[in-house]
Amino acid sequence: MKYAYYPGCSLESTGIEYDMSTRIVAKHLGIDLWEIPDWICCGASAAHGEDPLLAVALPAYNLSIAEKEGLDVAVPCAACYNRMRGAEVAVQGSKKTQERVSQAIEVDYQGKTTTFSLLDILANKVDPELIKSQVIRPLTGLKVASYYGCLLVRPIGITGFDDAENPMSMDRLIEALGAEPVPWSFKTECCGAGHTTSLSKDANLLLQDIYDDAKRNEADCFSTACPLCFLNLDMRQKGVEKVFAKEYDLPVFYITELMGLAFGYSPKELGLPKHFVDGLPLLEGKDLLRHPATRREEA
Amino acid sequence: MRNVELVSALDGSNDFLTKLEADSGVNVLDCYQCGKCSAGCPLNRAMDYTPHKIMRFLQLGLEEKALSAESIWVCIGCDICYARCPKGVNVPKVMETLRIEARKRKKISVKSVEIFNSSFLWAVENFGRIPEALLIVLFNVKSGQLLKDVPLAPTLLLNGKVHVFPKRAKGQKIAKKIFENCRQLGGGLE
Repeated sequence: MKYAYYPGCSLESTGIEYDMSTRIVAKHLGIDLWEIPDWICCGASAAHGEDPLLAVALPAYNLSIAEKEGLDVAVPCAACYNRMRGAEVAVQGSKKTQERVSQAIEVDYQGKTTTFSLLDILANKVDPELIKSQVIRPLTGLKVASYYGCLLVRPIGITGFDDAENPMSMDRLIEALGAEPVPWSFKTECCGAGHTTSLSKDANLLLQDIYDDAKRNEADCFSTACPLCFLNLDMRQKGVEKVFAKEYDLPVFYITELMGLAFGYSPKELGLPKHFVDGLPLLEGKDLLRHPATRREEA
Repeated sequence: MRNVELVSALDGSNDFLTKLEADSGVNVLDCYQCGKCSAGCPLNRAMDYTPHKIMRFLQLGLEEKALSAESIWVCIGCDICYARCPKGVNVPKVMETLRIEARKRKKISVKSVEIFNSSFLWAVENFGRIPEALLIVLFNVKSGQLLKDVPLAPTLLLNGKVHVFPKRAKGQKIAKKIFENCRQLGGGLE
């Protein structure tokens, strides 16, 4: 299994743990990730509000490199995934668009690639039995609210690998790791995305709703598959607690971090100590860091 | 069934509607005002007019009202309304198209969103990849909130999540070229 890998800007900075844990888990499962050389930002979240051509051209340039290599594309970031898929669909759907985009990027991009979200690959392309067989440190007793956000599952016409309101891919993975996915209502409600910077008062309301519902359903933590969802849920949590005088203490993990833990990797190599909300006390409390050889690892 | 237009209140608004429909691919008359978009919108409480009202303004030819609404900037494009609309109306696409038009007319009713977006694109054009620390500094300076999120900086720096000195990506020249080409081509997909 080989894919062109597009990490995207966040995975080089605020989402660095996602990149670390993705590379570890992919290698472990025999997924060959070929990083697109000299990739550029896909313009996610901003370009489409400026000019539809720019919004397709930026991702299309990266896709054209994968196309030349004859590879489909794996994208961990939900926003990048969404824009890449959008570019493919736009180019495939119209000869005129294909020509204009190729002109803009100065490469003849035909739209022959298919972009998959990393979550889709892990949940639906990798044999679930393989994943189960690799679990040597089951996450027993860990109640996880799987949070998908918007862009992994919507718009349906360009994503479509899971339900737009009650997706289950990540829940199934969590179950395979021995943890307990909790049913809850805010799986695909927006985290506020860039509004946490530009309209933070409004974004705080959205975050509050998500934390409240996770708590109501007795989740211990969140699992995400998007660096922006992660950043908002993790980095903004203290601030939201302060604004609304509440206490959440809900650690956030990337799905790949949880997989890495279950496969026996150490919290440190997966990037867990870099989180704002420390997840280690929760894992220690549930006695989950015990190595299969009963050796307790140093985090 | 053919759409019959019964509602246009103002002469002269048809040109605008035709352009909006061409740019967005949405027929605004498809909306039958059930309000499901507004009910499910996570940001409805932050809007001056909820999404179905924006759709109604357009149906009535009240283009100025739609273009000057804060809602078109508050909409974050989560697409929940589009997923739920019984008529399949792509409301977020309408909002986006209105934003682009409002910007052309220099009518930006929520400045902070525009500052964030333009800073983002400036960073892509000039660095090829987003230097996240620089983006935040840029936003703070331009929006006049110098100290916003500063308490978060030490942890981010310490964990190697942001970098003090922004780095130009190798692909920066290509990114710049794509921006220039798009401008030269006059933008738009068709």
